[in-house]
Amino acid sequence: MEAEAAKLIGAGVAATALIGAGVGIGIIFGNYLAGALRNPSAAPGQFPNLLLGFALAEATGLFGLIIAFIILFVF
Amino acid sequence: MRLAQAGGTGHQNDTAPGTAAPAGGNAAHGAAPGVAPQGAETHGAVQQAVDAHGAGHGGGGLGIDPMHQFEIRRFVDLRDHGLDFLSFTNSSLFMLIAVGLITAFFIYAMRAEALVPTRIQSTAELAYEFIAKMVRDNTGHEGMQFFPFVFTLFVFILFLNTMGMVPYAFTVTSHIIITFALAIVVFLLVTIVGFIRNGPGFLKLFVPSGVPLALLPVIAVLELISYLIRPISLSVRLFANMLAGHVMLKVFGGFVVALGVLAGWAPLAFMVALTGLEILIAFLQAFVFAVLTCIYLNDALHMHH
Repeated sequence: MEAEAAKLIGAGVAATALIGAGVGIGIIFGNYLAGALRNPSAAPGQFPNLLLGFALAEATGLFGLIIAFIILFVF
Repeated sequence: MRLAQAGGTGHQNDTAPGTAAPAGGNAAHGAAPGVAPQGAETHGAVQQAVDAHGAGHGGGGLGIDPMHQFEIRRFVDLRDHGLDFLSFTNSSLFMLIAVGLITAFFIYAMRAEALVPTRIQSTAELAYEFIAKMVRDNTGHEGMQFFPFVFTLFVFILFLNTMGMVPYAFTVTSHIIITFALAIVVFLLVTIVGFIRNGPGFLKLFVPSGVPLALLPVIAVLELISYLIRPISLSVRLFANMLAGHVMLKVFGGFVVALGVLAGWAPLAFMVALTGLEILIAFLQAFVFAVLTCIYLNDALHMHH
């Protein structure tokens, strides 16, 4: 296989880490909504935790994206 | 050959080379990338060539060069004196601007110290209360001695992130060395505070209670690794978010230009939404950095919980 082709495929594979980030963000917001509908009065207190969870889940996927960028632009 | 590409549509920060590297700017727009000028002028040309090479892959046929915005430019070049770490770059400039803005904002906002605050004083108090509450919730009362540190970190990162959203501005936090330096300070602080507070007992952090004896060596090694990986995860999280966000904005900006007047409004509308998301992320990442600093500090302060 050509090195350039392998590089592009590798970057594409690395970017699939964002699948997990998407699933994670969906779970976080879905569960927050479910909890908020059961007990709306407790929902605002958990909003910072929601944002924290969202940011952590998103960052995990972005680690993979960074690998993709490194493959594309550094090598 | 790639110099020409970098000089094309993707060359958004084109205004700066005049100040950054006069010779380099001219050489890049001239004809011969291989024939670099002699003497002091070569630095600029070589740097441009390297940057253009590094960034040239991603553009494809669209002429988008998403990495160009992260280029470090030296305004005061000290490489000839072997003092490159002291060179005054656009990164240093934007950090100085951020510090200046933060200082000016808080001094101006709090100048009256009125009991009934004005709007701008409420803004400063809101930021203070927000972080103070967060530190108190996460580290308890004795964690409040670290409040100035956490507040400084939060405001500094927040200003750097949001300043990066200004068109043509440089995003300092999109460079891993900056975020890593911030993260290693947090890591060292937590480690030192932990050992001062608990003595050698701080090592119990790696031995969770209630673990079966057979599993203990494995768990201890895992805990140690997860502790040592903290500065990396802390820095990469911030850096990756900033880098990915700005690359994404640049790529969609390239779509707007490529699709033109007829179809360009679709990616443009998407970009407006993305910009909103990026401003949210800019705030969120500063907040996450501060929260995780507090959580790590809590580990060091309250071992027995």
